Amino acid sequence: MSAFWIIVTGALVASACGLVGCFLVLRKMAMIGDAISHAVLPGIVIAFLISGSRDSLIMLFGAAIIGLITVFLIQLFTQSGVQSDASIGVVFTALFAVGILLVSLFTRDIDLDLDCVLYGEIAYVPWNTIDFMGIGIGPKAIWGVGLSLLLSVIVISLFYKQFKICSFDPAMAAAVGIPVALFHYLLMGLVSITTVASFESVGAILVVGMLVVPPATAYLLTEKLSRMIFYTIIIGCVSSIIGYYFASILDASIAGCMICVAGAIFILALLFSPSHGVIMRKLKQKQLIHEAV
Amino acid sequence: MLDELKIFLDPNTQWILFGSMLLGLCSGVIGSFAYLRKQSLMGDALSHAALPGVCIAFMLTGSKSVFFFLIGASIAGIIATFGIGFITRHTRIKQDSALAIVLTVFFGLGIVLLTEIQHSGTGNQSGLDKFLFGQAAALVLSDVLIMAVASIVLISVCILFFKEFKITSFDPGFASGMGFPVAFLEQMIMLLIVMAVVIGIQAVGVVLMSSLLVTPAVSARYWTEKLSVMVFLSGIFGALSGMAGTYISASGNNLPTGPIIVLAATVFFILSIIFAPRRGLLSKLLIHLLAKRSVKTSKVKIKGKERTV
Amino acid sequence: MNSPLNINDLSVAYQKKPVLRNITFDVPEGKLIGIVGPNGAGKSTLIKAALGLIPRLTGSVEIYGRPYRLQRKIIGYVPQRESVDWDFPTNALDVVMMGRYGHLGWIKRPGRAEKNFAMECLDKVGMADFAARQISQLSGGQQQRIFLARALAQDAKLYFMDEPFVGVDAATEKAIITLLNELKAEGKTVLVVHHDLATVKDYFDWVLLLNIELKAFGPTNIVFTPEKLQETYGGKLAMLENDNQSSLIIT
Repeated sequence: MSAFWIIVTGALVASACGLVGCFLVLRKMAMIGDAISHAVLPGIVIAFLISGSRDSLIMLFGAAIIGLITVFLIQLFTQSGVQSDASIGVVFTALFAVGILLVSLFTRDIDLDLDCVLYGEIAYVPWNTIDFMGIGIGPKAIWGVGLSLLLSVIVISLFYKQFKICSFDPAMAAAVGIPVALFHYLLMGLVSITTVASFESVGAILVVGMLVVPPATAYLLTEKLSRMIFYTIIIGCVSSIIGYYFASILDASIAGCMICVAGAIFILALLFSPSHGVIMRKLKQKQLIHEAV
Repeated sequence: MLDELKIFLDPNTQWILFGSMLLGLCSGVIGSFAYLRKQSLMGDALSHAALPGVCIAFMLTGSKSVFFFLIGASIAGIIATFGIGFITRHTRIKQDSALAIVLTVFFGLGIVLLTEIQHSGTGNQSGLDKFLFGQAAALVLSDVLIMAVASIVLISVCILFFKEFKITSFDPGFASGMGFPVAFLEQMIMLLIVMAVVIGIQAVGVVLMSSLLVTPAVSARYWTEKLSVMVFLSGIFGALSGMAGTYISASGNNLPTGPIIVLAATVFFILSIIFAPRRGLLSKLLIHLLAKRSVKTSKVKIKGKERTV
Repeated sequence: MNSPLNINDLSVAYQKKPVLRNITFDVPEGKLIGIVGPNGAGKSTLIKAALGLIPRLTGSVEIYGRPYRLQRKIIGYVPQRESVDWDFPTNALDVVMMGRYGHLGWIKRPGRAEKNFAMECLDKVGMADFAARQISQLSGGQQQRIFLARALAQDAKLYFMDEPFVGVDAATEKAIITLLNELKAEGKTVLVVHHDLATVKDYFDWVLLLNIELKAFGPTNIVFTPEKLQETYGGKLAMLENDNQSSLIIT
């Protein structure tokens, strides 16, 4: 497989996920990405059972629908008084359990290893005849991720102000007449589509990682939302590139390496960010003591 | 009926039953505290974080012994909790993001190690898989013994330090002011979560373990306003889910136990959300209707008075 | 005789911003002391630093001559109200009993003695009837009284209270100040972060004027003057003179 295509896919995934991921991080909904990536399993299975084929478009559709249903259910429970993090936990685990049951009940004849499904993250791999070690994709996956990125870019640019204000102060947004719920579902829809389009090619670990790690890193580096998005995309792409090269040197999982690199960059920012880095802050405190004395 | 119960005479099923019930009990108990501290998803994060620990344990010892896997998973879990705590305490990154970051980065690392293991040709890693992704059906006496010991320790600690856990969860600022080492107590709770996760992983697998830490606790919350009752109920719900799950999967054809336990717990949740007194939807509806009716009757009374006057 | 609270050269900074600078004062026993200052003056920070809840850059804190760490049992603390999860499964009596946890130490469980003492404290704040009520069912003023009762349950000699009068109704405010005077009559010392300048003269014997630095500290009638207040609040204070009384408006 051409390194170029792999890196491009990685960069596209990083950008698509990073863009929506920024809003997830700011709205304290980082775990929803993880939840959606698990909850779509039954969607994929049902789509497969209905369509009888492994056509990615149908599975994309099925999974996206389940993604929205997941978010709807989470919202439902949260509004009826369950804590938001607990709602997420209840819903996605129940849906994932349903998915595993469906797999074991109906697809035993197909070459789907229950172990592989239980792997969770690598579960989607057998569906796509992709070796989990690499992203052996042709341009088809690039189209999928590329289109979802385009969709996200369009939607978010169009409604940038609204997304920004709903993330920052939903109460005020509602008071001004902005349909907060609509934008919430819009964002979640984008997350679902992006997640599914991405992990068709690269596996769920990479997707959830790219949804959260680069945005969190950027969050430590800047005070402006626009710059945070910009940094996120850069960091995501850099992680993809460096990650790929590590993977080829170590002959290890490409997705895994990309995430590890993203994690390493995060740790660097955590410690050394000029404004928020832990070590930098300690140095400043020492400076202050010196001055006080 | 007797026929169906005969399943439980099978020693294999008995081990699965005990294991599942113990697991449900522990997870329910510690899950209550996790819920109150808004750390319901900690179990998910720690389950994923266990992967590199298990891989390293395998790489270091070369053996597929569950014991070493448990140690590896525990150490990884502990490092993960420190990481999550560090990120939340020292940066403006919120807990949910910290959980997600630790979850994915650790898991990514684990996948890298896993592929290395595959390459090094030390055979298949199916032992690893079975450990990580849950094979309740494969539980044997030794596994259940480990689970029993761990459960007793976990529950004892929760009972001994009940008031400390309570006040740390309710008002950490005040607890600190009184001299309780809040950070230490918080770390202890997280450690217990690690313990529950590590016990549970081998029975129900990585993802489904999180369910047992969340769902019974949420269900229990609906039935009471007292913490002690909530913790107790949560444990009971967990244990019952384990029992129901084992029973149904044992009587079905080859149904995997893990998912059914989770679905059983979810059913308890839905029943709680609907039928619990005072907090349940039905109760709220009844109260609402009764209130409406009493307003109407008082209106009629007033109108009646007006007429006679 | 050691004073209840002795603070010497205390400085606290948040990142590069100093929040408290070279604070030094000595608190007399048996007084009600109000801590006032503009927003961001460091009033809450002062209490938290005194209790060791936040790290300090320099300085020492001594409570009755010993470090705070050793004196937890004689300190009572009423933090600001927001930090609590009101949906926690606990009732009023339970919250008040938590005030005894410090005295119980590790592992020991609260028993009948604690329960009775807690009921007494609830009674003192007029909330005895609400003992079994879950806390989210209480009004703001009632919640504040519960937290006050909890502080009473700590049975301390020195009390720190962070804005106890915020968001409470007039009746509760009256109840709180009556209680504080009872504490004073018992010889206890109370430091209160206070936001309402209009009531300082009525409530507090001594006052501490704070704006990052200590602007004044002493008996209210001596120290609580227009000049000192101008110094503390910068230009943010408008004074209205009206016969002998002056009204203060913070602009």
